[in-house]
Amino acid sequence: MKSHQDDNWLYTISAKRKLVDFNLKEIWQYRDLLVLFVKRDIVTVYKQTVLGPLWYLIQPLFTALTFTLIFNKVANIETGTVPPFLFNLAGVSVWNYFKSCLTATSSTFNSNAGIYSKVYFPRVISPLSVVISNLIKFAIQLSIFVGFYVYYYMNGAGIAIDKSVVFFPVLILFMALLSLGLGMIISSMVTKYRDLKYLLNFGIQLLMYISAVMYPLDLMREKLPRFAWLVEYNPIAYFIEAARYMLLSSGSISITGIGFSVVFTIAILAVGLIIFNRTEKSFIDTV
Amino acid sequence: MEKTNVILKVEDISKQYRLGVVGTGTIGDDLKRWWYKVRGKEDPFLKVGDVNDRSQKSESDYVWAIKDINFQVRQGEVLGIIGKNGAGKSTLLKILSRVTAPTTGEIKTKGRIASLLEVGTGFHHELTGRENIYLNGAILGMTKAEITEKIDEIISFSGCERYIDTPVKRYSSGMTVRLAFAVAAFLEPDILVIDEVLAVGDAEFQRKAVGKMQDISKGEGRTVLFVSHNMTAVKGLCTRAIVLEHGNIAFEGATNDAVDFYLSNSNDLLSSEVTINEEKDGFTVESLKISNNGVDGSFNIYEDLMFDILIDCKKEQNLININIFLNSIDAITIFATCSEQEKQETGKYIYQCIIPKGTLNNIMYNIDIMVVENGEKALLNLKNVTTIEGNEEDRDGAWLGKYPGLLRPQNFQWKKIKL
Repeated sequence: MKSHQDDNWLYTISAKRKLVDFNLKEIWQYRDLLVLFVKRDIVTVYKQTVLGPLWYLIQPLFTALTFTLIFNKVANIETGTVPPFLFNLAGVSVWNYFKSCLTATSSTFNSNAGIYSKVYFPRVISPLSVVISNLIKFAIQLSIFVGFYVYYYMNGAGIAIDKSVVFFPVLILFMALLSLGLGMIISSMVTKYRDLKYLLNFGIQLLMYISAVMYPLDLMREKLPRFAWLVEYNPIAYFIEAARYMLLSSGSISITGIGFSVVFTIAILAVGLIIFNRTEKSFIDTV
Repeated sequence: MEKTNVILKVEDISKQYRLGVVGTGTIGDDLKRWWYKVRGKEDPFLKVGDVNDRSQKSESDYVWAIKDINFQVRQGEVLGIIGKNGAGKSTLLKILSRVTAPTTGEIKTKGRIASLLEVGTGFHHELTGRENIYLNGAILGMTKAEITEKIDEIISFSGCERYIDTPVKRYSSGMTVRLAFAVAAFLEPDILVIDEVLAVGDAEFQRKAVGKMQDISKGEGRTVLFVSHNMTAVKGLCTRAIVLEHGNIAFEGATNDAVDFYLSNSNDLLSSEVTINEEKDGFTVESLKISNNGVDGSFNIYEDLMFDILIDCKKEQNLININIFLNSIDAITIFATCSEQEKQETGKYIYQCIIPKGTLNNIMYNIDIMVVENGEKALLNLKNVTTIEGNEEDRDGAWLGKYPGLLRPQNFQWKKIKL
């Protein structure tokens, strides 16, 4: 049998595989599938609803409104010269992107078990499509932010776009990668240990409160110095704080904070890819 | 010379499964596995494991679904893979289609493999027929350009022209299957792996599907791996076949020989009492007992044949009836018989069915059991529960050849009238 070694096989199916078997060429071959998955996710969500895609706008709008009432009017959180509603809308939109990516990618294996048990394609296509379709939803949501921004600007609110806004797409990319990495890790673990699904649901909710979504990072340091580390060690908080800085010139941008978040993201993504890669080979036996 | 022809090579493929409930204990085993790995030792669980035989009670928690499978497939060959339920066919298919990885061994291929373990994978009921063709095609590995090129053919093959821009949720189940098969039929991989997807759709469509299958394998010179219970289909389509038994290759060779081997060697399929233990909604079909005064492992066709289906009902059920399907070895249902539809109280019951003597022939029959709720919903659908074979010890008359037919009814009236 060994004499056949000189044959040039197209590929080999075997038990042992490299730590990371990330075949970019293969993913490129399946790019049409990626596009179709994205299209499916976008088109089908609000089929047979009256308001349709308007739901994309209603969610962040009302969340921001509620936050403004509770945190700014009742709890008196100061947002400086920036109108509280706009402050919250920025935070909520960015946070929502992270949240919806994470929730959807973290159920990759379980929600696709039907397809995965019948046909092969690079599994990473599924979480990738989730991240991309959410990006499109995020772009729609960002458009209402822009609308309100213009409105407040016309009415003379003290807001300005910082020139660092050119890095906004990069920032969003890193949030996408972070949620992708985390989602891949969680989705892989959930196939064996279902408990994680429940943990995730309220974990994300708690995470929001320590991610500087409805308050500036500095305020936390000032009012609750003992617990500020919770926020300071949270990479998402820096992303959200930086997004607000870019869009509203509110708060501060910390290079170390951003640096920490970027390194954290890359590490999580690497771990995510390794774990995902291991799971995709055999999860169908355990799911 | 042969070397250049080999397009797929399967070397020492094995797959181990863990029996029982995955849950408690797995973390422990996982840690142990990890600990062996860290120290560079071999996975301790690879050494254990039973031969895949579902009728035997297992000693170990691990079982080898298939063990050390070796075979080669040449370009343009249509290879049939046959074997009874649980012989490892599906596992082999799953490994070939890369749905799951083998525990040991390697499969080398020179072409792209596309697998059809199911038709309509990934269909989304909110999308229209046309959109689903694209989605399903892409999932099966086609590019958008390829699909666009063939879409008119696909639509006309499916016969769903009128509804092609309607969401699939408004389709009848038959139409969905047609559409799904149409996509699959136009798949053009180097190697096509097919599970028994032919058993779908109405008779007209099945003819069309088999015709298309023959075109694919004969006309276009495609390499196909075909897994089936249907011996007629295997004989009609395959050039060579392998027989799987308990996770090993029991026979490899020409299709007719393989089918003969499979049929003649299936005596060990015959058993008079089968443990089933399939449960749904508190209703368990525990076992099937077949009694008759036949020789060991077969039944005497001149005696009544009695089926005792033992059930255990933990939760009171609505109207229930139990069906027994008798199928020929070619997977054609000869007849179905059902119990009276009645409310099922909790407790253990035996549903007894007697097939009177002088009904069946001396051939093999596969038995399915189906539990139907409210006369409409299949609560449990148990395929190929067991296989039985009729024999006749004392036939009247001189002729001892094989009596033709799937049944041999004895109570028909013949008369000779002199005119």
